[in-house]
Amino acid sequence: MAIDVDLPPPALARVRRLERIWEEPRGVLGWLTTTDHKRIGLLYFFTTLAFFAAGGIEALLMRTQLAVAGGQVVGPEAFDELFTLHGVTMIFFFIIPMTTGAFGNYLLPLMLGARDMAFPRLNAFSYWLFLGSGLFLYTSVIFGQAPNAGWFDYVPLALRTFDPGHNVDFYALALIFNGISSTVAAINFIVTIFKLRAPGMSLNRMPLFVYAMLAVSFSLIFALPSLTVDLVFLELQRKLGFHFFDVAHGGDPLLWQHLFWLFGHPEVYIIVLPAFGIATSIIPTFAKRRMLAFPLVALAELLVAFIGFGVWAHHMFATGLTTTTLVFFAAASMMVVIPSTIQIFAWLFTVVTGRPEFRAPLLFIGGFIVFFVIGGLSGIMFAAIPFDQQTTDTYFVVAHFHFIIFGAAVFPLLGGMYYWFPKVTGRMYHEGWAKASFWVTFLGTALTFFPMHIAGLAGMPRRVYTYPGSAGWGAYNLSETIGAYILAVGLLMILGNLIWSRVRGPLSGPDPFYGGTLEWATSSPPPPYNFPVIPEVRSPYPNWDAEDRDRDRRRLERGQLVLEEGHETAATTVRDGLLDEVLEMPGESWWPLVTAACIAGIFAFLLTDHFAIAGIVAGLAALAAVAWHSKEPEEPQPV
Amino acid sequence: MNAGQSSVHPASHAAHEIATLWWVMMIASWIGFAVVVFLLSLGWWRRNRPNLPFGGGDRAATAWIVGLGVGVPVVLLSVLFVWADIFVINSTAAPKRGTTRLTVDVIGHQWWWEARYPGSGVVTANEIHIPAGTRVRAVVTTDDVIHSFWVPELNRKIDMIPGRRSSILLDAEHPGVYRGQCAEFCGLQHANMSFLVYADPPARFRAWLDRERKPAASAGADLAQQGERALIAGPCAQCHQIRGTSADGQVGPDLTHVASRSTLAAATIPNTPDELTRWISDPQHVKPGNRMPDVPLSPGELRAIVAYLRTLR
Repeated sequence: MAIDVDLPPPALARVRRLERIWEEPRGVLGWLTTTDHKRIGLLYFFTTLAFFAAGGIEALLMRTQLAVAGGQVVGPEAFDELFTLHGVTMIFFFIIPMTTGAFGNYLLPLMLGARDMAFPRLNAFSYWLFLGSGLFLYTSVIFGQAPNAGWFDYVPLALRTFDPGHNVDFYALALIFNGISSTVAAINFIVTIFKLRAPGMSLNRMPLFVYAMLAVSFSLIFALPSLTVDLVFLELQRKLGFHFFDVAHGGDPLLWQHLFWLFGHPEVYIIVLPAFGIATSIIPTFAKRRMLAFPLVALAELLVAFIGFGVWAHHMFATGLTTTTLVFFAAASMMVVIPSTIQIFAWLFTVVTGRPEFRAPLLFIGGFIVFFVIGGLSGIMFAAIPFDQQTTDTYFVVAHFHFIIFGAAVFPLLGGMYYWFPKVTGRMYHEGWAKASFWVTFLGTALTFFPMHIAGLAGMPRRVYTYPGSAGWGAYNLSETIGAYILAVGLLMILGNLIWSRVRGPLSGPDPFYGGTLEWATSSPPPPYNFPVIPEVRSPYPNWDAEDRDRDRRRLERGQLVLEEGHETAATTVRDGLLDEVLEMPGESWWPLVTAACIAGIFAFLLTDHFAIAGIVAGLAALAAVAWHSKEPEEPQPV
Repeated sequence: MNAGQSSVHPASHAAHEIATLWWVMMIASWIGFAVVVFLLSLGWWRRNRPNLPFGGGDRAATAWIVGLGVGVPVVLLSVLFVWADIFVINSTAAPKRGTTRLTVDVIGHQWWWEARYPGSGVVTANEIHIPAGTRVRAVVTTDDVIHSFWVPELNRKIDMIPGRRSSILLDAEHPGVYRGQCAEFCGLQHANMSFLVYADPPARFRAWLDRERKPAASAGADLAQQGERALIAGPCAQCHQIRGTSADGQVGPDLTHVASRSTLAAATIPNTPDELTRWISDPQHVKPGNRMPDVPLSPGELRAIVAYLRTLR
C-alpha cells in the first residue's frame, strides 16, 4: 500500500518508527555499506549499464571494421580482443548481472512482500565481487593484454604455446571471480524465494517473474561449477604445467569443450529466463488480465532450465562425436523447444483475450516475441544435425543467437526499464519518445542481425576480421553495420528518455499501470523497508485484490505484522507460505566490501604468479569474513 | 578463379541433401512466424474486445495454447527428427572404409592447409585436387590448434582436433572449383585460411597427380639458377621443401610445384609474379601475424628467387 500523509496517527507513528529503524547513512558512505536490496539493485544497474556501453562500443568497432571487404579500421590482434571482450562482457558483465543483480535484486523482495533479501550482506558482497571481477577484466585492456581467444576460449589455442601473454589468464581468473559473485547471488535468491514470501503466498501464488528467477538461480548453481572447474584446469595447465588438455600426455582438448558447454548451454537459459519473467510481468498488466495457463507457464519456465542441462553437445556437432551421441543431443535439443512454444502461445493468447494497451513496455514485449520466434525457429534448425554441421561457426549462428540474446533477452529488459521506471524513480517516462525509441531499436536490431543469416548461408565464417570482396558478402555486411548504428541510436534514445524523465518526468504515483504484483502495492520509490506492513496474499495477482490491500491498511493501524520492533521481516513456510517466524535482518556493514576487496587481491596476485602472497591475502579474506559475522543478529523468534 | 563457398549452391549429393533440408525448414519457419505475427496483430486489432474471435473463453484459449504450443511442435519436430537426424545424417556421415576410391590427408596448420596423397608421395598446399564424380575420403588432422575443414558446396564441416583423425566425404557431382575456409577460430589469421578444391575430370586429375609426383624440374635460365642457389643456401630452405633439391624444411608449405597453384598464402592472394614478390618480400604486411618471417633479401636475390619459383610448375 502507498504511504499517505493522511494516515491516521497510530499508523503514521508506526511508519515513522520503521523509517528510523531502516534508515541508512547518507551519501557515498551509505552506498558503500548498504545492504538495502534496492540500492544494491541500482548499483548493479548502473555498473552493468557501463559494461553494456563497453560491449556496445566493441560491437560497433567490429561492425565498422567489417562494413566493407578488406576493412582497415582494426588489425587482427585488436579484432580478436574485441570479439572476445564483447562476448565475455555482454554475457557475464551485462545480461546476467542486469537480470539477476539489477532487476532480480530490486524486484524480488518487492514482489514477494519482503523487506529485503534473505542475506542482505551477502547481497552487498555479491555486488562488490561483481564490480571487482569486471574491473579486473578491463584492467587487461589498460595493459594491452585483453583476452583474445574468444569467449569460448578453446584449447589448445588458449594454452601458453599459442597464447603466451596474460590475455587468457585475465579471462580465466575474471570469470572464476565473477562466478563467485553469481553463485552467492543465486543462493541468496533461492533462500529469499523459498523463505521470505509474504504470508499466504503459497508456491502456486508466486509471480511468474519469481518462478523465472528461481529457475535461473538453480541453473546458475548447477552450471557454474562446470565452468569454474574448466577454468581451474586451464590455469593449472597454463601456470603450473598440468596436462588436462594436452594430447601428448593423455589429456584431451575436447574435455574443455564438454565442460564449457555443460555450463554454456544452461547459460543461454540463464540469459533468457529472466526475460520470460519480465514478459509475464508486463503482459498481464497491459492486457489487463491474468496470464493464461499460469501453472503451465510456471512449469515451462522450470522445465526449460532443467532440460537445458541435457543439450550441451549440440555446440559440438562438428567435432566428430559418434552418431549416437549426436542423435541423443539433437533429440534433447528438440525437447527443449516445447516449454518455449507453450510460453510463446500463452503470451500471445493472453494478449488476444485481453484488452491490450500497446504502451511502450508492451511494444518491447511484442518485439521480444517477434525476435524470440525468429531466433527460436533458427535454433530448431540446429537440431537437424547435418544443417548444424553445415552452418555452425558461420554468421548464421551469429544471427541465431543474437536474435535470442539481444532480441529475446535484451528487449524485455528495455521494456522492463520503462515498465519499472516509475516504481524506481517515482516519475513517469515520456511515452511518445519511448514508442519512437522502440521502433528505432526494433528496426536497428532487425537490420543488424537478419542479414547475418544470409551471409552465413553464403559461407561467411564467424570470427573473421576481414573477408575478400570476391566472396560477395559485402552488401549483407554493410547493412549489418548500418543497422548496428541505428540500434545504437535507439538505445541512446532510451537512455536519454530515462535521464530526462528522472529529472522532468511527471510524478507517477505508486501504481501508474495498475500492475498485479506486490511491487505496485507500495509507494514509488519504495521506502527502505518496502512495505509499512507485511502484506497478506491470496492470489498470484495480489495487487488486484483491493479488499486484501484495504485489510493491509487496517492492519497497519492495528499494528499487526508491522514488525516495528527492529530490522525485521517475516519468514514463511516453503510450500504453503504460512507465517513461520520473524527474522532479524543485519544492517549496513563495511565487511562485504572489505572481503570482496581481499578476494580481488587474491586474483590479482594469482594473475602475476605471486602464489604465496595470494595465500596471505586469502587469509585476510577469511579474517574479514570472520569480522563480518562478529555482530550477527540473534536467533529468529518464533511467532 | 571463380570458386563458390555458398551452402545453398550445392555441388554434391551431401550438400544437396543439406540444402533441401534448409529450404524446407525455411518455408516451415516462415509459416510458423506468420502464425505468431498473425496472433500478435489479432491482439492489436481486437484490443478492445477481450474474447477470442472464434468464440470460447479462457478454457478454449488454454486449449489453443496446448494445441499450438505442444501438439503442433511435437508432430513437426518428430518429422524433422526422423528426416534429418535418422536419414539425411547418413549422407553427411564419415565415409565408411573401403567405400571410397581415393584418400587425401589434409592437415591444418596456422594458417594454411597441407594436402598429402597417400601412396603417391604427392604433397601440396592450399589447393586440393580431386577427381569429379568420384567418392573421395578426406582424412583431416591438425598440426597445432583446432581448425575446421569446410567446403560448403561439397559437404558439411568437420573439426580438426589434436589427437583425433576425422574423415569426410568429398564427392563433387561435376568438375569445378569449390572454395573452402577454416571454420573454427584458430588465431590471428583465421580469416585468411582458405583453400580451393579442384574437382577435375578423372583423366585430367590423373595427369595432375603424375605431374605433382615428379621432383622439381632443375632450373634452366641463369636467373632461375641463381634463385635456386639463393633459396637452398638461404633461410627459405629451413622451412620449405622442394623435392629433388636439398631444401627439405617441414614447417611451411611444400613448394615443389608451387607455380602450378593459382593462389598463395592459403588462397589469400593470386599467384602472379608481382604478388609472389610482394609476399616474399613483406609477408607480415600481406597477412599480419602469419608464421612466415620477413627474410632480408637483396633486390637481386628476391628477383632470382621469384624467377626460380615461377619455374616450379
